[in-house]
Amino acid sequence: MSDALLRAEGLTRRFGGLTANQDVSLSLKRGELHALVGPNGAGKSTCINLLSGDLAPSAGRILFEGRDITGLASHQRSLAGIGRSYQRSNVFMPFSVFENVRLAAQSRRPRAWRVWAKALEDRAINERAEAAIAEVGLAAQRARIVGEMSHGERRQLEVAMVLATDARVLLFDEPLAGMGAEESMKMVELLRRLTTDRAILLVEHDMDAVFAAAQTITVMVNGQVLESGAPQQIRASAAVREAYLGDDEVVHE
Amino acid sequence: MSASFNTFLKLLVLALVLAFPFVGSAFYTELVAKGLILAIFAMSLDLLVGVTGLVSFGHAAYFGVAAYVLALLTPKYQAANLWLSLPVAVLVAGLVALLVGFFVLRTRGIYFIMVTLAFAQMAYYIFHDTDLGGGSDGIYVNFKPSAAIAGWTPFDLDQPKALYFFILVCALAVYGGLRRLKESSFGSILQGIRDNESRMLAMGYATYRYKLAAFAVAGALAGVAGYLYGALYGFVTPEYLSWHQSGNVLLMVILGGMGNFGGAVAGAFAFVAMQEFFAAWTKHWQLLMGAVIVGAVLFLPGGISALPARLKRKPRESADE
Repeated sequence: MSDALLRAEGLTRRFGGLTANQDVSLSLKRGELHALVGPNGAGKSTCINLLSGDLAPSAGRILFEGRDITGLASHQRSLAGIGRSYQRSNVFMPFSVFENVRLAAQSRRPRAWRVWAKALEDRAINERAEAAIAEVGLAAQRARIVGEMSHGERRQLEVAMVLATDARVLLFDEPLAGMGAEESMKMVELLRRLTTDRAILLVEHDMDAVFAAAQTITVMVNGQVLESGAPQQIRASAAVREAYLGDDEVVHE
Repeated sequence: MSASFNTFLKLLVLALVLAFPFVGSAFYTELVAKGLILAIFAMSLDLLVGVTGLVSFGHAAYFGVAAYVLALLTPKYQAANLWLSLPVAVLVAGLVALLVGFFVLRTRGIYFIMVTLAFAQMAYYIFHDTDLGGGSDGIYVNFKPSAAIAGWTPFDLDQPKALYFFILVCALAVYGGLRRLKESSFGSILQGIRDNESRMLAMGYATYRYKLAAFAVAGALAGVAGYLYGALYGFVTPEYLSWHQSGNVLLMVILGGMGNFGGAVAGAFAFVAMQEFFAAWTKHWQLLMGAVIVGAVLFLPGGISALPARLKRKPRESADE
């Protein structure tokens, strides 16, 4: 378990009487695409919000590279190296692609307080932003205003923004939602490429994509982890089939 | 609007305000000086409202506090030193804003508006109900600040023209400084907070700190305006801190157009001009002014600063019909 970048131990989150996450444990390893699946209301988004620091857990702890980060706020976790995307596109609409990514890259800059030098003339930041834009394949679109772009392109942009922060753990909340088949395939391809030197947690509904791309799958039901393991193990699990996939639905081989 | 046309417009305005004291009467020169001061005030609020997305409804507090600092630093039979009293007034206004911002920036939306108003009202009543600054009657600034440095006086603010040009230089410095700040790293963070604060947090920005810095800077610059206003009129009253004043400056920013500072300047001058024009016409001038502002909000989204672009677009649209 020494290669786990991010580890959650016994995470529990209650909203009043509702327990959205109960005793959830999972570990994200470098070089691994870890998919988190489950029916609506299973607690997947709550889990990602606990890991990113948008929500505080009621119990349990989170370790990042062996360090306890349970008490860190979301911006502190981002600075530590945990980046996330949101279920609904969460970008700066009036800005260009480049401006969006540049702002993300600038967050790693100790001199973000500079009030005199022009932001657009910071070469190190600009290069980092350009690299992130190129990595997700938006280089040709860099000057476009985000408000005018397609949904799929905005999701790519979100990935670029996370990359620009140099995150080592990437948390993606349904990056494929609302995408066409071709866009989905490109995104899955991108996620696999990004996995080489990072750890990725992917919350996703598209089962074909999940089984095609993930090395590890965790299935959640009613706020609890039902099963976690390699895709073959999940496919073979009777509990998963019964609770989530439905009796008569056959998993594609 | 093309960039060159924009530059031309700005140079034209600059030439007008530079030439004005030599052609206009003393009365109107003072009025333009008032416009310039309120332009500084409106620009400082635009940093919060237009750039950072923080609608402060208590911005007059910092304006008024700086004016009172000038009044309290001016001895009864003597002038205060400009080079000492101005920085002190601006610093005090900035520190008060820092203190207020420390509390109010923990709230959002409508609560932020109400809490900024509450703090400004507290400041108002401190000066209104105590003898600190002459109570509700206010306090006179008997002498304009002296610009003397070790016996040498580069200019004399008792001369209306000298005071006018000093105010103009301050306004230009504030405009230039704020434009530069908006394009800096700090400025792009503020704009990011305005558009999507939760995303800024997710990207690792401690947004509270940046908002607090913007709030303090805006308060300090409002202090520049308040100080100059006190110097120009030689009189400071609690009304400088009142919520009418906070509302007026917010209207200037909305009327002029937010987020580019030029709009705030245009809004301030439009406000002063309307006030003057309508007040000469009828004692119900506030009613007319209100109607104009409602009209501007309804029919001129983006404010006065969006006007040139709209006018330029018009002919082409009618040609299409």
